Amino acid sequence: MYGNTYIELSDKAKSLLEGEDPQKLAEFEARIAAGEKIEPKDWMPKAYRKQLIRMIEQHAHSEIVGALPEGTWITRAPGFRRKLALMAKVQDEVGHAQLLYSAAETLGKTRENMLNDLINGKSKYSNVFNYPALTWADTAIISWLIDAGAIINQVTNSKGSYGPYCRALERICSEESFHLKYGHDNVVFLATGTPQQREMVQEALNRWWQPIMHFHGPPDKISDHTEILMRWKVKMATNDDMRERFLDEYVPKIWDLGLTIPDQKLKKNEKTGKWEYTEPDWEEFKRVINGDGPCNKERLQVRRWAVERGAWVRRALIKADSKYTVPLA
Amino acid sequence: MNYSDKQLNEIKEFLYKIADDQLIIGHRNSEWTGLGPLVEEDIAFSSIAQDKIGQSQHIYEILHTLGEADADTIAFTRPAAEFNCSHLTEYPIGEYDFSLMRNFLFNHAEQIRFEMLSESSFEPLANLAKKYRGEIKYHTMHSDTWINQLGRANDESNTRMQKALNETFNLALGIFEESGNEESLKKMNIFAGENILQEKWIESVTPRIKAANLILPDKSNWKPVYGGRKGNHTEYLEPLLNEMGEVFRLDPRAEW
Repeated sequence: MYGNTYIELSDKAKSLLEGEDPQKLAEFEARIAAGEKIEPKDWMPKAYRKQLIRMIEQHAHSEIVGALPEGTWITRAPGFRRKLALMAKVQDEVGHAQLLYSAAETLGKTRENMLNDLINGKSKYSNVFNYPALTWADTAIISWLIDAGAIINQVTNSKGSYGPYCRALERICSEESFHLKYGHDNVVFLATGTPQQREMVQEALNRWWQPIMHFHGPPDKISDHTEILMRWKVKMATNDDMRERFLDEYVPKIWDLGLTIPDQKLKKNEKTGKWEYTEPDWEEFKRVINGDGPCNKERLQVRRWAVERGAWVRRALIKADSKYTVPLA
Repeated sequence: MNYSDKQLNEIKEFLYKIADDQLIIGHRNSEWTGLGPLVEEDIAFSSIAQDKIGQSQHIYEILHTLGEADADTIAFTRPAAEFNCSHLTEYPIGEYDFSLMRNFLFNHAEQIRFEMLSESSFEPLANLAKKYRGEIKYHTMHSDTWINQLGRANDESNTRMQKALNETFNLALGIFEESGNEESLKKMNIFAGENILQEKWIESVTPRIKAANLILPDKSNWKPVYGGRKGNHTEYLEPLLNEMGEVFRLDPRAEW
């Protein structure tokens, strides 16, 4: 699962194109406009490569860090059916990380470097995973609604221009659709269950609503920079568009279950066809993304533990004559 | 076949110990999700865990047909003293070397046990064993491959794997703790016995340990750790079971 493409908008648009051969650039853009996919060995602008590495790497990190809040509930899942399903679900997420690290490697950054940048704090992951899953119901809400947000994002991005990323996303989306069913089924059981179960799931929704509204990222400032990334089919929709699609599809389903969304302003404006809602706290979003969320330290500590404690295993796989090879796209 | 009450209880005890081993080692393996030394190993451990937990569920379902509670109740509400798992399965995951060596020793015992059970006169068990021995083969392939690689790769990994073998070997011998029903199970042609299983297991693991440049502890040092089959457990089982049943036990009227 994965959230927003958090693109820094402060860069000058011109710098994206600086030093590029105008003819090659024109051919590249023509191919994308014609709906062709760009493949690893094809010519591409430096900024395209850089932006894609950043995006795919963030996405991969989100998958392995995202395995943590739900993973801690595998050992507590109630009953065989839920336990086996949650194990398979979290396993899928780790599998997505594997696919995505390989896709990012085709652009020239090794998995080891990406994992190091994750624990050094140089590269980001989806902000939602810096919040804790306090109860079993939190895992149900995550599996349903965070995965739902992720599907919207990933289906959109799978229409992008970089071949290896699109192919990885197509596979990921088909698995995510099962996660969504699992999450929905789980929420239905809680929302139609005993008073204690209903209370659990309502409280979880209350806790997760703001992170869910944060999920697709702050409203984009439309700049030349965004325009170019959209022309290159790196960014496929604005954050607000994706949030709107999410609300359209899921708010009615949440209401159907008799749950209350903790935003009194939330309603669809029939005239504009757009949702009206309380703007989530974007200052908090920035604070959390910059490291000051409830679980940032814990998440990175766990990842650091895994990288450091597993280093001897990776060393034992290296042969003197082994050479690094980029994975097949 | 009609069994006397005594025979039926012997069969149930036998089924419990197999299923409890699988559930608890599966639970432990699932704790690697998100923590593996490579993402590929997170995925592998999770698959193995899913198989073992799924197999335990199937055995608990057979127990349910013999008059025991349903599988969820059996797994998620029994107190530690009613579990019959071996101590080997109960230990925390420790480092990767420990978990891997535990799997290696356990998987071979399980594979041979299921091969033996595929001939069992108790049909539900024979069918189950035939169904799952193919899955277990992949578990042994996984641990065999890694033991061989890590035992031979370099001094660091060899030292770690040898230490893990020394730590787990006597615990693994505890798998073969006899229950007191051995003769009866043999007579009924349900299971040929833990002694035979242990002999076959030694035959199976010895050449693999040797090929991995590791040394099997000398027989004079074999001190099997028993107790698990009689309901005496390590300090680690109870917290594990409390965690496993934490949500399930929250609300007795709830369906999850």
